[in-house]
Amino acid sequence: MKILTANRLTDGIAVWYADGGWAETVDHADLAHDKAAEDRLEAIGAKAYAANEVVDVNLIDADVVNGVVEPVRLREKIRAAGPTIRNDLGKQAGKQSTWAA
Amino acid sequence: MYRYDEFDHDFVQARVAEFSDQVQRRLAGEITEDQFRPLRLMNGVYLQLHAYMLRIAVPYGTLNGKQLRMLGHIARKYDKGYGHFTTRQNIQFNWPALSDIPAILADLASVEMHAIQTSGNCIRNVTADHFAGAAADEVADPRPYAEILRQWSSVHPEFSFLPRKFKIAVTGAERDRAAIQTHDIGLHLKKNAAGELGFAVYIGGGQGRTPMVARKIRDFLPEADLLSYCTAILRVYNLYGRRDNKYKARIKILVHETGVEEITRQVEAEWQELKDAELKLPEADIRAIEAYFAPPALTERPEGDQAVKLARLDSKGFSEWLDQNVVTHRHPDYAAVTISLKGIGEVPGDASDSQMEAVADIAETYAFDELRVSHEQNLILPHVARADLKAVYDALVGIGLATANSNLISDIIACPGLDYCALATARSIPIAQEISRRFASLERQREIGELKLKISGCINACGHHHVGHIGILGVEKKGSELYQVTLGGSADENTSVGEIIGRGFSSDEITDAIEQIVETYLGLRLDPQEKFIDAYRRVGPAPFKEALYAGEAKAA
Repeated sequence: MKILTANRLTDGIAVWYADGGWAETVDHADLAHDKAAEDRLEAIGAKAYAANEVVDVNLIDADVVNGVVEPVRLREKIRAAGPTIRNDLGKQAGKQSTWAA
Repeated sequence: MYRYDEFDHDFVQARVAEFSDQVQRRLAGEITEDQFRPLRLMNGVYLQLHAYMLRIAVPYGTLNGKQLRMLGHIARKYDKGYGHFTTRQNIQFNWPALSDIPAILADLASVEMHAIQTSGNCIRNVTADHFAGAAADEVADPRPYAEILRQWSSVHPEFSFLPRKFKIAVTGAERDRAAIQTHDIGLHLKKNAAGELGFAVYIGGGQGRTPMVARKIRDFLPEADLLSYCTAILRVYNLYGRRDNKYKARIKILVHETGVEEITRQVEAEWQELKDAELKLPEADIRAIEAYFAPPALTERPEGDQAVKLARLDSKGFSEWLDQNVVTHRHPDYAAVTISLKGIGEVPGDASDSQMEAVADIAETYAFDELRVSHEQNLILPHVARADLKAVYDALVGIGLATANSNLISDIIACPGLDYCALATARSIPIAQEISRRFASLERQREIGELKLKISGCINACGHHHVGHIGILGVEKKGSELYQVTLGGSADENTSVGEIIGRGFSSDEITDAIEQIVETYLGLRLDPQEKFIDAYRRVGPAPFKEALYAGEAKAA
């Protein structure tokens, strides 16, 4: 499965395409289950890039774990949560610790 | 220390205005990312995993209290309360919004700082010995020459679009603390038999995926010829350096492929055309720049000896800090202090907004308002009266920056790694933290002695792993982090590139492996005076391989 991710132009914050817009968390990102859906996401990304909403647009691998979307690669897991060494920063801030000590 | 002249002020203000306009046009959608990317990079703005990153230049690592306080202010107002000091003697902020960057640059300009040429294929921030101007062993302060190079290289029209980035380092002492042999150009300021100042010139050093130790192409270049000779080197590189392959574009590859004799011949031939023309530095100009770096008036403070003696008896912590983090100054009543940004289990090189402000206060009160950033990611107070050392120590204890581990195994260089960096393939910081915790005991660290451990989270080697006595390189293998160990690297006057010791280790195994290496060293050293690097050079990799992998061979 694939999801669409990017960084927002104005502040560089990592975002994921979900439900018709760019969400600040990965949890409910739109999933592409097949090539047609991937193409659709890719087109959305290209359009948002051209419209100067986001930069560094990428389709990345994801799974659904306990009902929420989770990226596969460690790099993308860190983007989705925040630095593993600072649980107070990034998306994980204020949530229960994402990274086990 | 250096103060902006009228050209510097106008130049930096003009750049702030120009880049602010570019940011506004980008945010308004008037220019595309492809158009904007090279512009933002020229101004130190990267895009990392979580956000933009702003890299601010600290020329030759020198700054004053007002400037450090401003960095603390920026950390608090525009970022998330901290900054990261880097191996390029710069500072990076990890979370600035693009829309705030014009305001940040305006704040920086108000204290004579900027982010110009901290990225891009140009001549980057010139680095220097962090004890410059204070070290007992230097022939002269290398920073005036670094400043001359900065003025010459700033928006130099011929050298703004080089095949690749270009880094210059300068040292003024035989003992190289600026790692000059790992730079594109390394300059060793020295005196000839006649007592005149000049440079030994090295070219083609570098790390990254193809580590190379620089080659000396001239033993003595008169100081007046600094710019003409560097121009000759840059011209040869700009003309012949490869542009077809990013990974082969640094001057080190050109030196390697051309051969040091031939490239020396080319540089010398180019230089013959330049040496007696307008790039020859007038004596008066050199001395004028030098005057900007005039040392503070160091009054006699002979009471320091007695004060230090008494304070030592009074405080074991002070005594240990004195032994480890305080070095001899050229003036006997003074000392240079290393403020470790490597607290046990902390992030190497990180400092909070309030720590930056407090260190600025200490510098203003006790250190003639002078500070340095070291390429080893620590802060330095270059001039402290020995009589004031205890007061400085007490103030540092109060802000959690009195860790007495300079040059010990927990004084680790680590790049930001996969926790922040878009290029990284593995994390560096948590590995540094775990090793630091494993070796937390200062007694044990001192028993081990000088040991430079350096960690990079990808082959680009920002964490200098190639030249660590112990180097760790994090890579991604089959979706997991894997850590390769190199031994025998060094970044001083006897620079060497470490050798890969064997198969890599998982994140769970790496700290045990490091401990095994250290225990092996302790078991084979001739005496406690034989440092890790000297022991390794004597015995080679075999005993370490045996200790790490022998069990596997037998099991297999």
